Amino acid sequence: MSRVFANPTNLFLLTALAMLAAFPWFGESFYVGLVVRIMILGILAMSLDLLIGYTGLVSFGHAAFFGLAGYLLAIVTPETGPVSIWYALPVCLGGAALAALVIGWFSVRTSGIYFIMITLAFAQMLYYFFNENMELGGSDGIFIFYKPSVAIGDFQILDLGDHTTFYYFVLVSLILVYALLRVILNAPFGQVLRGIKINEARTQALGFSTFRYKLASFVIAGTIGGYAGFLEATHNGIMSPDFLGWHKSGSIMMIVILGGIGTLWGAVVGAFAMVFLQDWFQELTTHWLLLMGGFVIFVVLFLPRGIAGLVESFSAFLTRAVSRASDKDAP
Amino acid sequence: MDLTSFLIQTMNGVQYGFLLFLVASGLTLVFGIMGIINLAHGAFYMFGAYLVFWLTNVSGNLFLGILLGLPVMLVIGFVIERFAISFLYNRDHLYQVLLTYGLILILNELQKILWGSDFYSVPIPDILKGSFPLTENQDYPVYRLFISFVCALVALGMYGLISRTKLGMMIRAGASDREMAQTLGIDIGRVFAIVFSFGAALAAFAGMIDAPVSSVYPGMGDQILIVSFVVVVIGGIGSIKGAFIGAMLIGLADTFGKVLMPDLASMAVYGTMALILMWRPQGLFGRA
Repeated sequence: MSRVFANPTNLFLLTALAMLAAFPWFGESFYVGLVVRIMILGILAMSLDLLIGYTGLVSFGHAAFFGLAGYLLAIVTPETGPVSIWYALPVCLGGAALAALVIGWFSVRTSGIYFIMITLAFAQMLYYFFNENMELGGSDGIFIFYKPSVAIGDFQILDLGDHTTFYYFVLVSLILVYALLRVILNAPFGQVLRGIKINEARTQALGFSTFRYKLASFVIAGTIGGYAGFLEATHNGIMSPDFLGWHKSGSIMMIVILGGIGTLWGAVVGAFAMVFLQDWFQELTTHWLLLMGGFVIFVVLFLPRGIAGLVESFSAFLTRAVSRASDKDAP
Repeated sequence: MDLTSFLIQTMNGVQYGFLLFLVASGLTLVFGIMGIINLAHGAFYMFGAYLVFWLTNVSGNLFLGILLGLPVMLVIGFVIERFAISFLYNRDHLYQVLLTYGLILILNELQKILWGSDFYSVPIPDILKGSFPLTENQDYPVYRLFISFVCALVALGMYGLISRTKLGMMIRAGASDREMAQTLGIDIGRVFAIVFSFGAALAAFAGMIDAPVSSVYPGMGDQILIVSFVVVVIGGIGSIKGAFIGAMLIGLADTFGKVLMPDLASMAVYGTMALILMWRPQGLFGRA
């Protein structure tokens, strides 16, 4: 345990987590809502980091699973009352997993640029499906009037309509998803995924069916992305095709890079940085997209390892400084 | 569907296919030769349409508008290659996707600043107005035939340029082996700049010539970009021949999809892609 605290990066993360846990006690309700949205984005970005940062699959259609699950929640929620989470959640996650299985089956057998374009094309296919489906509100989107109920029998366990309850529901989800992904990545399964990223041919030569591993990784990421979509739809109360458009996929990818690929926690930090940056740009000018575009280019050219890269360099610097200081103390 | 309307739809499909080819060929060339995935390619198409709208208003003539607009687009392409794309050679596709995504944000916003978010239309020149009668109540507009004709000429010209000229030889050499081409004394940086600006101008030209048929509106580049990606993937990345066949396939699939099953037309395009990829994951003419 003491080794966990010895690493400055971990200290930084634990402090950030403590601040998140305490935030509803002193934050204004507008910002509490904003942080909920950011944490949901963080979950989504972490699931994409599993693909980009650990498996080496640059998926450009990740918003598809996010939006699909959100739409599924809209479909299973009746107009007259809430839907039970025990029914809605499996439907949303199952739908996202199934879509990821089908899309992944086609796409993971390709690599590089083909993979990028094919995932993009499939996501657009879903986008147009929802955009042109008038029963689901077409391009205007569809309302979700009731948040899912969390109850056993008549006994209500959680009221997701309550802002503070929902905040902690999302925060716990964020932590659990992080833990789940860490467990997956530390397991032999995760080692194979890293192997695929570094050298797929060699991993195959070691006897692993890389197709199956990549497909499994794609389905896991899609399902978690779907979970984020479920949370977002519950939070927002509206679902529109924009949630699965390619601008959404692009911005999630940007979040992963900005935070730092292949670190998981970087994805969450990236989500915070991105949303606050966007807020700031929007205050500066109505043409904020110009600034955002410039910033994206800046990150690609000068900050390819993202914020996590900065934190880790700084943390390594601190560790070295501390050990040098203790060397001096020793006679 | 009777024979005449079948013929009309086929011609529409071919015409759309030609337009797609102009956009997709630039995309596939830039990837095949430079190894760059360029998301901003659709924005070039959009800029072409806006440029021709503006320059046609100024000069009073569509052809003049196109003639004035093309050099502008060549310059824009050149500047973007020098100041953004050239940093991306030999970098991971991920960063290429992101940087060109940033370029889209900038170009789309510039379009809004310059021309606003209204829809515009560009008039068809007088000599190309009217239509050929096919039966008593069906006819085919002259301008659409003109589009197909001009695009076919451009496609032929491109084929000639790449297979018959010295520049074409340099381009092909760069595509098949960059280092070797460099060793033989080809200034590959210059070839890249030429190919990129040329591709940008091709996409813009497609936007210009199509402007009188479809209207000019914000975000028009996004849609064509995605469809062009499908074309490139079907044809095999880097293959001009593949881009041509892919463009025709998608042009026809989209047009007939819209007629036969209007609700699912855009799905028809992606369905075609999925079928072809099941059969050949590297595309029709792609190198595995």
